[in-house]
Amino acid sequence: MAPRRARRSRRTAALLLCYAIIGLFVVFFLFPPYWMALTSFKTNQEIESLEGIPFVIQKGATLKHYQDLFTKTDFLIYFKNSVLVTVPVVLISMVISVLAAYALSRLGFAGAGVIGTAVFLVYLVPDSLLFIPLFKIIGALGLLNSKWSLVLVYPSLIVPFATWLLIGYFASIPKELDEAALVDGANHLQMLVQIFLPVAVPGLIAATIFAFTVSWSGFLYPLAFTFSSDQQVLTTGTVTSLIKGDVYHWGGLMAGAILACLPPVLLYVFLMDYYISGLTAGSTKA
Amino acid sequence: MAQVMMKELNKKYDEVHAVKDVNLHVRDKEFVVLVGPSGCGKSTTLRMVAGLEEITSGEISIGERVVNDLPPKDRDIAMVFQNYALYPHMTVYDNMAFGLKMRKFPKPEIQKRVQDAAVLLGIQELLKRKPRQLSGGQRQRVAVGRAIVRHPQVFLFDEPLSNLDAKLRVQMRVELKRLHDRLETTVIYVTHDQVEAMTLGDRVVVMKDGWIQQVGEPLELYGKPANKFVAGFIGSPAMNFVDVALVDAGGALWAETEGLRVKVPPAHTSRLGAYKGQKVTLGVRPEDLHVASGNDPNEYTFPAVVDVVEPLGSEILLDLRAGAHTIVARVEPAVRAKVHETLKLALTPDRARFFDLKTELAI
Repeated sequence: MAPRRARRSRRTAALLLCYAIIGLFVVFFLFPPYWMALTSFKTNQEIESLEGIPFVIQKGATLKHYQDLFTKTDFLIYFKNSVLVTVPVVLISMVISVLAAYALSRLGFAGAGVIGTAVFLVYLVPDSLLFIPLFKIIGALGLLNSKWSLVLVYPSLIVPFATWLLIGYFASIPKELDEAALVDGANHLQMLVQIFLPVAVPGLIAATIFAFTVSWSGFLYPLAFTFSSDQQVLTTGTVTSLIKGDVYHWGGLMAGAILACLPPVLLYVFLMDYYISGLTAGSTKA
Repeated sequence: MAQVMMKELNKKYDEVHAVKDVNLHVRDKEFVVLVGPSGCGKSTTLRMVAGLEEITSGEISIGERVVNDLPPKDRDIAMVFQNYALYPHMTVYDNMAFGLKMRKFPKPEIQKRVQDAAVLLGIQELLKRKPRQLSGGQRQRVAVGRAIVRHPQVFLFDEPLSNLDAKLRVQMRVELKRLHDRLETTVIYVTHDQVEAMTLGDRVVVMKDGWIQQVGEPLELYGKPANKFVAGFIGSPAMNFVDVALVDAGGALWAETEGLRVKVPPAHTSRLGAYKGQKVTLGVRPEDLHVASGNDPNEYTFPAVVDVVEPLGSEILLDLRAGAHTIVARVEPAVRAKVHETLKLALTPDRARFFDLKTELAI
């Protein structure tokens, strides 16, 4: 009995350690959004006050910052612009990435491996290095100060990584599946749409989440390419309209940040189930 | 219904020459099994017939058509894969109907064919399920069903039973054979299991290192193996091989090695004459050895020490030592042999085989 008890207590200790580490993680990652939400509901007086405990609301919550956001800034325009940019960006990036990843992982042409690596290396070029040449290109196309410039530019950031991610996922789908479809009479496009992509949904979702996040949260490119209020997206719009010189409207900034966070959070929550339930289960024995 | 012709078929990958000068004529409605150890080129050959692998050189024709440059969908073949490769997001019905939908069959015809195949395979109850809700054997049936609804000219099977447990494999083996009798279609079947090959094939093609070793009916391969590899590969337990010297003694030819000396059976003497004074490989199947009785002529017997006794019920396998050689004998269940006991073994003279030591070809 003694060794078993020893084993059990060792297991308990390990579990406790795990929970402690997870607990640290939770605090670490949830504190910033907590702070954002907290600040957005505080009155300006309380935000600026140096007294009392800053981690709770003591002088009553207010929705004033949210009201101001909708009435005194162009927040809704920024939000609309973010949506108008992100939806086509995600669509364009996914179409290109899926076709590229399929070709690179399945068609087995000469040099596919090298090109696959090259695609990934492109992703390693930082965007802060690219925005000056891109600025010239956008200017030459006459798209400066237009949100549509972002639709053109973001896929260049997203496609390399999304392609690389999809190559990895596609490799996990048994090759016999597409071969069976080809023998069954499908051409490559039919096979891709009817067999391959439905099975690859978890991978597609991962890539979609990535594409969405890059486009939704991008700051540098919209800052460089759009100037006027009617063309700006959430990230730059809220900042430029709520930081006046050296005056930071913290309440409004945090309210804007909370609202800007909602779509990605909802997307994650909604897609996580699909993402986790691997659809490949059952297609092959292994 | 069609014959399949392979002429001088070759497949080279960068470094590997996987299939070498394969010539094979699969007749109409014939069940041909390609068998061999892994890496022998059997699957590659099948995949070339399917159009899933490019042909390096040579020619494949199905029916009267050369299909070298046709994509898989235009070859009128159906294939069953080792891992089933069912479409996981579709129901069993849709899995089976997919090929027909791709070929734009009218809906009632699709329904009828899927129903018929489901009845034939006993999977009517499963049509609405998804593959992940099925057992291994059921998935296998669906995979077969997906192939037969199309009424293709040729069925290709790539180790379809390897993922099943032993009992189910035997059962499915029988069903596949019955299915072939009913459908009367040409079948090319790949397996590494020689028992499957022997039981299923009208003819069996033994391959090794990309070469065809021998093509023949199962019993022909068993009784008259063309070389040492085929002799050792077909049959379980495998044939015993002993390297022996051929010596002339008293006007007769004897096969000799340390601990073993038997006369060369009369049927072989003329062919083995040229090897007098040289070494050859003697091959004897375990079932062609028995414990000697008074009726056995002395010149075909030799002593051996029992090492291991494996009583299987219907028979007993004896692992014995004759000099430095290990030998397996399959004997009657009535034989009472003890470990370390010395037995007098006799071989059935006209069943012994001789192989050239260098070329390994049958003599």
